[in-house]
Amino acid sequence: MKKILYFLVLTSLVFSMSGCRLQHINEDEDEEVQTLTVENPEFYGRFRDKGISINVYNWGEYISDGSDGLLDVNAEFTKLTGIQVNYSTYATNEELYAKLKGGGASYDIIIPSEYMISRMIKEGMLQKLNFDNIPNFKNIMDKFKDKDYDRGNQYSVPYTWGTVGILYDNTAIDIPEEDIDWDILWDEKYADSILMFDNPRDAFAIAETLLGYSMNTENPKEIKAAAEKLKEQKPLVQSYVMDEIFDKMGAGEAVLAPYYAGDAVTLMDEYDHISFATPKSGTNLFFDSLCIPKSAQNKEAAELYINFMCEPDIAYATTSYIGYSTPNEAAFEMLDDEVKENGISYLDDEYLENHTTVFVNMSDDANRLMQDLWTEMKSTQDNEKNKWVVPIFMLSCILLSIFILIRRAMKKKKDIF
Amino acid sequence: MKKKLISAPYIIWMAVFIVVPLMMVAYFAFTDGDGNFTLDYIANVAQYTNIFVRSIWLAAIATVICLIIAYPASFILATMDKKHQSTMIMIVMLPMWMNFLLRTYAWMTLLGNNGIINRALGLIGLGPYKLLNTQGAVVLGMVYNYLPYMILPLYSVIVKIDKMLLEAAQDLGCNSRKVLFKVVFPLSLPGVMSGITMVFVPAISTFIISRMLGGGSNLLIGDLIEMQFLGNSYNPNLGAGISLVLMVIVLLIMTIMNQFDSDDEDRVLI
Amino acid sequence: MKKISKIYMSLLLLFFYLPIFVLIVFSFNTTKSRSVFEGFTFDWYVKLFHNELILTSFRNTIIISLLASVLSTILGTAAAIGINNMKKLPKATALNVNNIPIINPEIVTGVSLMLLFVFFAARMNFSFGFGTLLIAHITFDVPYVVLNVMPKFRQMNPNIYEAAQDLGCNSVQAFFKVVLPEIMPGIISGFLMSFTFSLDDFVISYFTSGATSQTLPITIYSMTRRKVSPEINALSTIIFAVVVLVLLLKNVIDKKSEKEMAI
Repeated sequence: MKKILYFLVLTSLVFSMSGCRLQHINEDEDEEVQTLTVENPEFYGRFRDKGISINVYNWGEYISDGSDGLLDVNAEFTKLTGIQVNYSTYATNEELYAKLKGGGASYDIIIPSEYMISRMIKEGMLQKLNFDNIPNFKNIMDKFKDKDYDRGNQYSVPYTWGTVGILYDNTAIDIPEEDIDWDILWDEKYADSILMFDNPRDAFAIAETLLGYSMNTENPKEIKAAAEKLKEQKPLVQSYVMDEIFDKMGAGEAVLAPYYAGDAVTLMDEYDHISFATPKSGTNLFFDSLCIPKSAQNKEAAELYINFMCEPDIAYATTSYIGYSTPNEAAFEMLDDEVKENGISYLDDEYLENHTTVFVNMSDDANRLMQDLWTEMKSTQDNEKNKWVVPIFMLSCILLSIFILIRRAMKKKKDIF
Repeated sequence: MKKKLISAPYIIWMAVFIVVPLMMVAYFAFTDGDGNFTLDYIANVAQYTNIFVRSIWLAAIATVICLIIAYPASFILATMDKKHQSTMIMIVMLPMWMNFLLRTYAWMTLLGNNGIINRALGLIGLGPYKLLNTQGAVVLGMVYNYLPYMILPLYSVIVKIDKMLLEAAQDLGCNSRKVLFKVVFPLSLPGVMSGITMVFVPAISTFIISRMLGGGSNLLIGDLIEMQFLGNSYNPNLGAGISLVLMVIVLLIMTIMNQFDSDDEDRVLI
Repeated sequence: MKKISKIYMSLLLLFFYLPIFVLIVFSFNTTKSRSVFEGFTFDWYVKLFHNELILTSFRNTIIISLLASVLSTILGTAAAIGINNMKKLPKATALNVNNIPIINPEIVTGVSLMLLFVFFAARMNFSFGFGTLLIAHITFDVPYVVLNVMPKFRQMNPNIYEAAQDLGCNSVQAFFKVVLPEIMPGIISGFLMSFTFSLDDFVISYFTSGATSQTLPITIYSMTRRKVSPEINALSTIIFAVVVLVLLLKNVIDKKSEKEMAI
């Protein structure tokens, strides 16, 4: 008992001391903090004091949160406009889709990738944007406008773009960067040290590229072959993850992981032992864009948010913090040459043109097939067990309970006599 | 005064928020996206037999381990000095008050390849062993999270056993082993049974433990259900079908466990 | 024998507390490493107290748990009184339905409520959030209140209510002056139980929460799925400290009342 008391005294000490530390740290942080200037502050004042809030649903680690001396995007937005931001995160496009399709949750801003945008447009899940409320759309480079997934840019405003590549631990893998290709993820040498995408689309794309198919194939045979390829890889995979790779790669738990280039930049900034390779055999090029779903409650406030995200300062904070490439001309100009030429974020046009593929939305049948195969792949075990186990288990349970019931009834009878 | 009427609000509440939702699960399980009757989804559940097998298997192992660890512990607790008993119970129960996500996360940090356990083993020249992302880690997570649910009912049954009975058995010539197996164990059976259900049911339906400790390649039923509703393969009808099967399994287990109990009529589980 | 049991219990406690201890230690680590301690700092606590998301979700958790447990205590006590006076068959039925949320796997309860809410959300134009969370919490809280209150009726002498009426109380007076004090311990333990279950619930909240009113467990979950910061360790330490404090307080109060009883 005494020990616990000591413990309590200690913790209360901890808290009082942390209170002291608090002011101290704030003083430290004042240097070289990014400040926000917007062209037209009055434009943002329309909703002030109306008690409006918007629900933003974004990828994890996909916004500048005020660390590293960069702007805290959501806080700045609230400061500028008086609109509260309810911010929550998802890990994959498919999760976002499920939450919107099946849930009653209403979001005002979502940031899906291109194939998901066209799927959502097709299924009538998005609202058309009013570009009068988004003057900053002019900041977006022309080459990111009017893409296949949203011809005429009626539904989406590009947020970031990037490619997929392979993150690796350069202390464990002694291969020149240009020799690293997708097949290394199937190399038994690295068994149990490989991480893999925990979403079907990205995982299948890798297998399909490796097999020489298109990433957008709808041929059931090819999709099935890719699933087989993934099954083959399964024994080597340490775990299927998304943003957990930050932790696992950073801590040296794993040595290989396919992931998005932007996150690789972030990781490489922090850890020396991590390198990134863009596979020569081709990869996926993605565009994540800001959209407003049908269920949005405050469309105009949401458009204000989209416009805010296209502010040069904000786009700069975003791209600097999350590491993903920006489609925003003004923000791109602000970047250091070091970033522009790091060989990861802004690949040369020749490579992008010839070696990358943009996902397109597949037919419902192909989507369903891929999902089913994905679940099946994730659930298989090396030693397949008999299909009859569960029915037999349930049957024996029923029999057992009937047996007990009968025995009990007989006992009761005996007691009566 | 009509006293029965006072429960009307809750009866209505139960109907709307307990009975109707379960009926909706059944409705979804037996219809397709357009609302037409179909048995496809229930039949499709058979595809995932291996997940059911794995869940039942891992949950059963975890339950048995819990029982083996918890029985001596509850016995020691129950026969302890009365003065320290309540304090000790509190200390044993305390970790249960932390959120289970945090507890599971703690094990994640311990078990990693560069985690503390492997580092400690490294100091004495062993390892590193692959501990995280295995089925063993999933079982460990279940045991750690649900062990208190086993200790509590066992303890409360054993502590009520009349000590005179034990003495009487000894007087009648039982050695201590015989006392344990012939007297204490049979008397503690109700506690064993409710402990088993209290561990097995949450263990079989958990969906975070396997994701955090099993590396996403040891899917359990809970993960499968979650995937169909909020995860990577959106298919609520299939999800409802799986939920329905899971419910049936759990109900079966409960009825079996109930059979072992005495005829105490309005005794409630847990 | 004594020695063996002591060793056994120490091992058990080690198993229980080692992970928590490690979490706490690394909340003071200067770097983000989770296996090497590289220096002592309170930075993560400072960061935690500046983390708007965690603070809001903490507030949400408290509000929802309090509201849900108070409402369920009222609803459940009333229900227990009514059910207690029912005939055998309706009583058994009501109790069985009451037990469903306890027996059913949490995930099935969560999913079933989600399906119900989705059905109504589409037709009545509301969205997931505070309301759905509150309803879900009440739904799994009330059964515990009912279970805690019911046995108190069995222990109570059924005649005292009538005696009070004979002595001139009307039925409302008789209830508040005689019955309520008798069942009070059950009500209190039911309230506490439902409050802690609400505080701790993740699975059901996960399926019934929306864009707003995220609770702390949901925030913790999304934290574990991203870049993990030792803030989470700091949070665990604080939660642990609070739990220890509350239980100690409870223990002290219990001891005190025991002593008073003895006198």
